[in-house]
Amino acid sequence: MATEAPGAAVPPLGDRSELARRRARAQSRVSWELLSQLVRKDLKVKYQGSVLGFAWSLANPLLLMGIYYLIFGVVLNNGVPGFAIFLMCGLLPWTAFSAAVSTASGTVVGNAGLVKKVRFPLQVLPLSAVGYALVHFVLQLVVLLLVTTIFRHDFSPAFLLIVPALALLLLFSTAFSYLVSALNVRYRDTAHAVEIALLVWFWLNPILYTSTLVKDKLDQYHLFWAYFLNPMATVVTTFQRAIFVKDGYVNTKPPHAIGHALADPGYAFYLRNLAIGFVIAGLLFLFARRVFTRMQADFAEEL
Amino acid sequence: MTQPVISARGVSKRFVTHKQRATSLKERIVRRKAVTEGEFWALRDVDITVGQGETVGLIGPNGAGKSTLLKVLAGILRATSGEVQVEGRIASLLELGAGFNGELTGRENVYLNAALLGLSRKEVDGLLDSIVEFSEQGERIDDPVKHYSSGEYVKLAFSIAVHVDPDVLLVDEVLAVGDEAFARKCLAKITEFQQAGKTILFVTHALDLVEQLCTRGIVVDHGRVQYDGDPSYAVGTLRKILGTDRPVGEPPAPEPRGAYVHAAIPSLTAGGPRTAEVLAGQPLHVCVEVEVLAAADVFAGDVIVVLVGAGDIPIFSMRTPPGQGVPAVPGRYTVEFVVEHAPALNGSFILAVQVEDPETGYPLAVARFDEAVKGRGGDLPGILAVPATSAVLPRSGAA
Repeated sequence: MATEAPGAAVPPLGDRSELARRRARAQSRVSWELLSQLVRKDLKVKYQGSVLGFAWSLANPLLLMGIYYLIFGVVLNNGVPGFAIFLMCGLLPWTAFSAAVSTASGTVVGNAGLVKKVRFPLQVLPLSAVGYALVHFVLQLVVLLLVTTIFRHDFSPAFLLIVPALALLLLFSTAFSYLVSALNVRYRDTAHAVEIALLVWFWLNPILYTSTLVKDKLDQYHLFWAYFLNPMATVVTTFQRAIFVKDGYVNTKPPHAIGHALADPGYAFYLRNLAIGFVIAGLLFLFARRVFTRMQADFAEEL
Repeated sequence: MTQPVISARGVSKRFVTHKQRATSLKERIVRRKAVTEGEFWALRDVDITVGQGETVGLIGPNGAGKSTLLKVLAGILRATSGEVQVEGRIASLLELGAGFNGELTGRENVYLNAALLGLSRKEVDGLLDSIVEFSEQGERIDDPVKHYSSGEYVKLAFSIAVHVDPDVLLVDEVLAVGDEAFARKCLAKITEFQQAGKTILFVTHALDLVEQLCTRGIVVDHGRVQYDGDPSYAVGTLRKILGTDRPVGEPPAPEPRGAYVHAAIPSLTAGGPRTAEVLAGQPLHVCVEVEVLAAADVFAGDVIVVLVGAGDIPIFSMRTPPGQGVPAVPGRYTVEFVVEHAPALNGSFILAVQVEDPETGYPLAVARFDEAVKGRGGDLPGILAVPATSAVLPRSGAA
């Protein structure tokens, strides 16, 4: 019943099994290629047939900014100079995070056709949700930076804070995405709970209000550090520090206006918060990835 | 068997039926205890080892667990118990256009699919032309696949699966959708794969294909492996399970009463080894092994052997002279039939054996031996290969 191995066409046994092992590994590992293909697919599917295409991804934050600026900057006049830019520094990373997480919560369920019929590294699904949000974010960030530099005409070393802030945003979004995408397969409530949680969570970040206000309230109990147990608050404030205010600007114009928009004009404060954020996000990432790898073997069955 | 590529040991798969499964938190809490009730074992203790270069046909009735087995082997489903190991790159075609996105063009789907299989963009660039050519899509490769017909879907999917150079190819009943020309191309490709020492496992209901292509047939029913071995026997076993070993409309064969036919072995010489082929003009011996059982009423029986051709057409029959069949004494008998000059047959033939009560004609035992013999009488269609000559006659009235 077994056929004879047709000698000529088959590489020597040792080579072959080594090759086979390598290929089996390649099939179960997330590759950049796969990730970018999936992100590209999502982008293409989303903007297919629309005339403005990618420009729509700017419309949403611009509209939000317009509304918030009108209400908080003009009507309620919160006294933050350049409030529009302040707003965008917080709103953009938050939108990226919330888009990543809410996309991720439905990603395994939404790709049921793939999960049930094709063998591939499932981790790529939450990762592609993050990638998808990141592509939009980077585009929006570029626009924001262009706008800021056009109006400000200078660069500041504080810009470098964008790098760790972006890294933290990425790590935290990824960790959260792993968690909710896996949980939502078994507990479909997850996606709904996440939507609500994101609404509430939005207000836990100094996006529409300044962190100085929080500082004033919490410092008397020495609890201001606790506010930054939420890594997103760190991401938002760090982006504000990096883009919103230039060095010196803070110091030369005390005590009102810009100086008060940020809780701290220096760097140490942000570096400390970033350290806290990375520890929290890192731990969450390890935990979430464990949950994901534990649960993924049952995805195909539970869908 | 050569080096095992696929091995499954004691694999069982339990499904909890949907109605019973709690998918929301509330249900989880409220019905914590009810979850194990509606369970269903799709696979039970399946042991399969497939060596490199084998082509295995996985057959069985609907709902037997074939697709589940394929998915477990592909690593999509986790076995409830047991161990599964598969070496190398696995390409699977488990459903029409699985992994395709309707909005994307054929070309984009090629890249996406190949990436899912672990190929890099560069590798795909090199393969793209031959994938497109094999799939016969031509210009249509740049159309969104939602505009493809189901046949075109399959062509593209199959084309990708075979071009990514998989070590193991798992195919679930999807090839039936392509047209005949494409089916032929697929078969040629599969043959090519066999020669390249690749391992192929496919689920199909096209039993002819199993006999034609496979080196091995596995019959699965009720989640268990019922037969594993020769493809022809596998097909025969399945037909018995399905009850399609009888022509449509014929009442189910009566339970054998008092006798049992163990085998009908064709050979070229008296008592010689089993032959698979009838040679025209040569003797054909058929040894029928009949057991007369020690039932309450023991009958003597006439033995009848019918050679049945394609479409259940009886070609010829042989029977023991009246009263000279197996005696009414329990025991095992061999009845030998001899055809001095076998006819020139063409195709596959079944040996049907019946033992009947000489007085009432009531069957005591019936049996069918599928794919018992083949004849290669000639290239022309027809069950009988009859030599004929021809001559072109001058036109009447001419010259």
